[in-house]
Parts: sequence; C-alpha cells; structure tokens
Amino acid sequence: MSILVDENTRVIVQGITGKEGTFHTEKMIEYGTRVVAGVTPGKGGKKTDFGIPIFNTVKEAKLSTGANASVIFVPPKFAADAILEAIDAGIEVVVCITEGIPANDMIKVYHRLKESKTWLIGPNCPGIISPGKCKIGIMPGFIHRPGCVGVISRSGTLTYEAVSQITARGFGQSTCIGIGGDPIVGSRFVDLLPLFEQDRETDLIVLIGEIGGNAEEEVAKLVKKGYSKPIVAYIAGITAPPGRRMGHAGAIIMGGKGTAREKINLLRDAGVTVVDSPAMIGEAVEKILKGNV
Amino acid sequence: MNIHEYQAKNIFRRFGVRVPNGRVVFTKEMAIEAIREVGLPCAIKAQIHAGGRGKSGGIKIVEDIDEAVKAVDELLGKEIVTYQTGKRGKIVSKLLIEEAVRIKKEYYVGIVLDRQKALPVMMVSPEGGVEIEEIARRSPESIRKFYAFPGYGFQQFQFREMTYFLGLSGSQCKKCVSVLTGLYNVYRRSDATLVEVNPLVLTEEGELIAIDAKINIDDNALFRHPEYEEMVDESEIDPLELEASRYKLNYIRLDGNVGCMVNGAGLAMATMDIIKYYGGEPANFLDIGGIASADTIAHGFELLMSDKNVRAVLINIFGGIVRCDRVANGIVSALENVDMKVPLVIRLRGTNAEIARDILNKSGFSFNVCETLDEAAKLAIDLAKS
Repeated sequence: MSILVDENTRVIVQGITGKEGTFHTEKMIEYGTRVVAGVTPGKGGKKTDFGIPIFNTVKEAKLSTGANASVIFVPPKFAADAILEAIDAGIEVVVCITEGIPANDMIKVYHRLKESKTWLIGPNCPGIISPGKCKIGIMPGFIHRPGCVGVISRSGTLTYEAVSQITARGFGQSTCIGIGGDPIVGSRFVDLLPLFEQDRETDLIVLIGEIGGNAEEEVAKLVKKGYSKPIVAYIAGITAPPGRRMGHAGAIIMGGKGTAREKINLLRDAGVTVVDSPAMIGEAVEKILKGNV
Repeated sequence: MNIHEYQAKNIFRRFGVRVPNGRVVFTKEMAIEAIREVGLPCAIKAQIHAGGRGKSGGIKIVEDIDEAVKAVDELLGKEIVTYQTGKRGKIVSKLLIEEAVRIKKEYYVGIVLDRQKALPVMMVSPEGGVEIEEIARRSPESIRKFYAFPGYGFQQFQFREMTYFLGLSGSQCKKCVSVLTGLYNVYRRSDATLVEVNPLVLTEEGELIAIDAKINIDDNALFRHPEYEEMVDESEIDPLELEASRYKLNYIRLDGNVGCMVNGAGLAMATMDIIKYYGGEPANFLDIGGIASADTIAHGFELLMSDKNVRAVLINIFGGIVRCDRVANGIVSALENVDMKVPLVIRLRGTNAEIARDILNKSGFSFNVCETLDEAAKLAIDLAKS
C-alpha cells in the first residue's frame, strides 16, 4: 500500500502547456504516472505533443477522463484560483507546486479546503510520490525505491537527500510527501501522520521540519497522545538568525518563536528520534528498522 | 518586505488612522527647518529597519532647539546597534521629526497572520509602550486575541469588544473603533503580514494617535502593489544581499568563515547546520535555486569572494531535475572567470554524479571532491582553519 496516490491514480495537469508543466508532465509519464488530461483555459480541444487531451476547465477534464488527482504548475498570481477550481470540481488529491502565492490568497483556499473532501499538498512543494506506482511532482524519481519508510517534509532538495540516504541503506519508501515551505499549506504533518499510521506498508516515518511556525510542535503533541509507529526527525535551521526569511516564506523565526532548538526539545520529549545532523537520517532509520526485525 | 516608520505612517494616514504631525529629513539643515515647522517639544526618531530603537538611543524627545540640534548630531550618520541589527549595526541616514504629544495612556495593537488557524489575529493590550513579548511575560491576562471570521474578516462588534477591553469609554469609543477598523484595512488592503502600533496613545486632549507604526508586507503579494516599489530602501539592505537579489539568488550573510553554495533552501539551512555541528561557523546562507547554470554559479562565487571572512567554500548540490554534470560544467566555466582565492570543497549527489566527478577531476582546477555530506563539511571546516 501507500497513502493518497498509487498505480490507480489518474492525474490532470493544470497549466500543462507552460514551460514547467510541459517538462514535468513528460517526466511524470516517463515514471509511469497515469497523466490523463491537461487544463489550460483557452486551449481546450487540442492535444499535447504526447497526445494528452487539453480541456478549458478542470470539471470538463474530470468528467471526460475520470481523473481523481491534479497537479498545478500555474504562476503565483493565478495559482490560488487554480486550487479552488480543482477543489470545486471534487478532485481528491490536489498537488500545488507553485512557489510565491500570497498568504491572503492561501487563507481563502485553506478555509474552502477544510469544508471539502480534497487533500491539498503544497503549495511551494516538490509533490508526492509512491515509488514504483505514481509520481506527482518535480522530484527525481530514480532516487526512490518501493519500501516501508514514509517521508514527510517541508523542504525539497533536503527531502531528496534524506530519501537517497534511506535508499543507500537498502530501504525503500511507501510514500514521500513534500508538504511545502509556505506559512499556510494545505496538509500539515499532523494531517498526514494518521494516514501513515493506518498504512500497513509503512513501518517508520521520517519527518523533516524546519524553523518557523508550529507544525513540529503539533507533531510533538500528537505523538505524546500516542502514535504507534516510530518517527525519525531532522529539523533544519539551528544556525538560522531570527527575523530572516530563510528562502522559504514559512522559514522565519518571529518574536523568538519557532526556533529549531525549541522544536527539537519538544519532539524528543514526546519520544521522537531527532538526529542532530542531516547526514544521520539514513543511519537512524536503519538502526530502528533492524532493531525491529 | 520591511518599510520605515515614516512610510508606514503615510499609509496609516491614507486609511484614516491619526499619526503625529511630522516630516522625514536627510540632512541637518532639513532637520532644523523641520523642527521649526513642527514646533517644540518634538520627537527625533532614527529611521532604520530594526526594532529596539528606543532602548538603543535611536529616539530622542527634546524640549528646546539646542537639545534638538544636539540630538540630530548624535543620530544622523551614526551607527545604531539594537538587539535586532546584529553586531554590524545600522547607519542612520533618515530622521523623522515629529510633534510631541501629551500622553495620558498607552495601548498596544497588533495584527498578524496566525499560521495554525490560517487567519489574521488582532492582539490588543491596555499595557502598551513596552514590547509585546514583555507584556506577555509580565501580565499575559492583559493581552486579548481576536480572530477574523474566515471569508468575512473582522466585524464591527469585535472592534467594539476590543475597545471595551482596552478600557475606553464615552466619546473615545467611537474614535477607537474607527482606529481599529482603519488598522485592519491597512493590514488587509496592503497585503501585510504584520501591522503593529506600540504605543497607540490617548492624549490629554482625548485624541487617539498612533505614535509608532510598523508594517511588514508579504513579499509574495508585491506583484499587486506597485506602489511599494518606491518604498524599498536599498541603503537598509546588506550590499552583498542586494547584489544577490539582482541575480535572483537567495543570500543571507552571517558571521562565520565557511562559505556555502547550495541548491534548495532546506538543504542550504541543513548545510549551515552541519558546519556548526562539526564546530565550524557558516559564513552565509546561499540558495542558488533550481537552475544552477554557469551564470548563477559564477555570481554565487563572486558573492562568496566579496565576503572577506570566507576562508573556504563548500558547494553542496543535490541534482534532481538539475543534472550534476551540468552543474559541474557550470562550476568549471565559472572558475575560468572568477578568481577563487580560497579552497573549494564540492559535493555533488544525484543525477549523473559520476560523470560530474569526472568533469571536475579532468578540469585542471584543484578541488576537493567529496562523496558524503559529513566528509565535505569536516573538510571545509579544516580548510577554513588552516
């Protein structure tokens, strides 16, 4: 098994005719993802070079192809609208890659999302992959392999680093999700952890957090209440100066809140294995999994 | 994006929030003229992008002209170090000259985005004039939080509740509701991530005036606010960071000696962290993004070389969509144009990493090519020490 996406997932690409959309659609198809339709307003009725039908609206695309997931490569100005369109069409899993969506736009999206049955991954994220089954996003497919480690992360390349450490130690991943680096994201750690807990294929979760906000603090609370699978965590930004935005819009220490040290202490206190160095993730995973066998 | 107090006050005026009469000045002559115009006593306030000015001598209340001239001399062109500026401090190039008001009572009003609830939250306290963190420590019961309604924002009854919580009564209630409404409109209409007034004062004459004003604007929303472009004060930005922003590089200068160049913000932070973990000090945060072309890498090298503290450079690239062989070619061609005066440690992982190592080894430049993050970090620290 895996969570949210698998070999039966049928994907729409919103913004399929743009540069990013075109490039990554090709990569997703190469990986084996079932990309069934594209949406670009004004280009409905045409086909891409790969023969994928293009529609004007998400509703039409869903109706004609039976798609249940979508991935968004739309510029920041129009991205919130694209997410709302996908939610309104009843798409089950929406992955928004776009970086730079205004926080006020995401407030609107977030509250609409909570009234719906849609799972939103992102924005400002690499996407989601269930290795060997389905890749929706921009991550390099080849570093993954099917296995029993669930990965959730606020980062992009740092996630690839963690995944490649896990793979190098001979383990694989059930599903890897980049939840995004913005202050407001559709799915948080605590939303996704229960899915991994229920997934029979996942034995351990690797969680990659960073400074800013309180997503990691929420995890500490959840784990304290009782979580049945081991978690290995790394929190980036112990050297980050306060008040500065460290690349991601959400990675900022404000008013002394959201420091890496505080997050690490709370997670450890809750029983999470927190590694001190980003190079130790694979090793920690191996220790726990070998101990369990 | 940060803006100055005087710019924030101009925005407040547009939304009907009263601020003291004042003028911003750049020279001593302008300052004296402004003091005559505004009248004495007056406040002379250094305009820098950092909190904690009051405690660090950046704000002076003066009674007569001699005192005023002395204050201007002490501030203009001088460096101010506050708890927010870092060791380097900020040079004062602008002053705000403002009429002094007769204060009866001070309040705190702040609006920020609550990330957990994904809603704006308004915080008010009748204990204004000190930092909100300190109020929270001393008397947490004196701060009350109000959340906006999803989709509808704050409502008038909430502004009334805030007003009564602040302890205002009679004719001042209406004024306060209008100030709070104005501040929320500032927050909403300018795509702010923070609007803070500390203190909002009730004067002896019974007026409500925002003595201080702080606005941070959501960088992601700047595309719909062309009016903010002219508010950018380049003199407030570290020259290297300004240079970096011109090349769309994400660079933050720190105090250490190991320069870092990384693709991706999370990995860039993690690279800084591992340097610290092994006893080194990172010189910077530098995320060169997803492209990593020869051009971007060359600009990255130039930045790192402009920081005189840098004694060694660590390049950490995880090739995903960006292929490592292309990054390697980028590094080699950048080195043909940039004079690297310090040792270089390179770690490339991911797509085509072996080909990349070959390219580097055959290039004729001397690098230290490492396999693991551990190895690369330790080596860079050692090289920076020697």
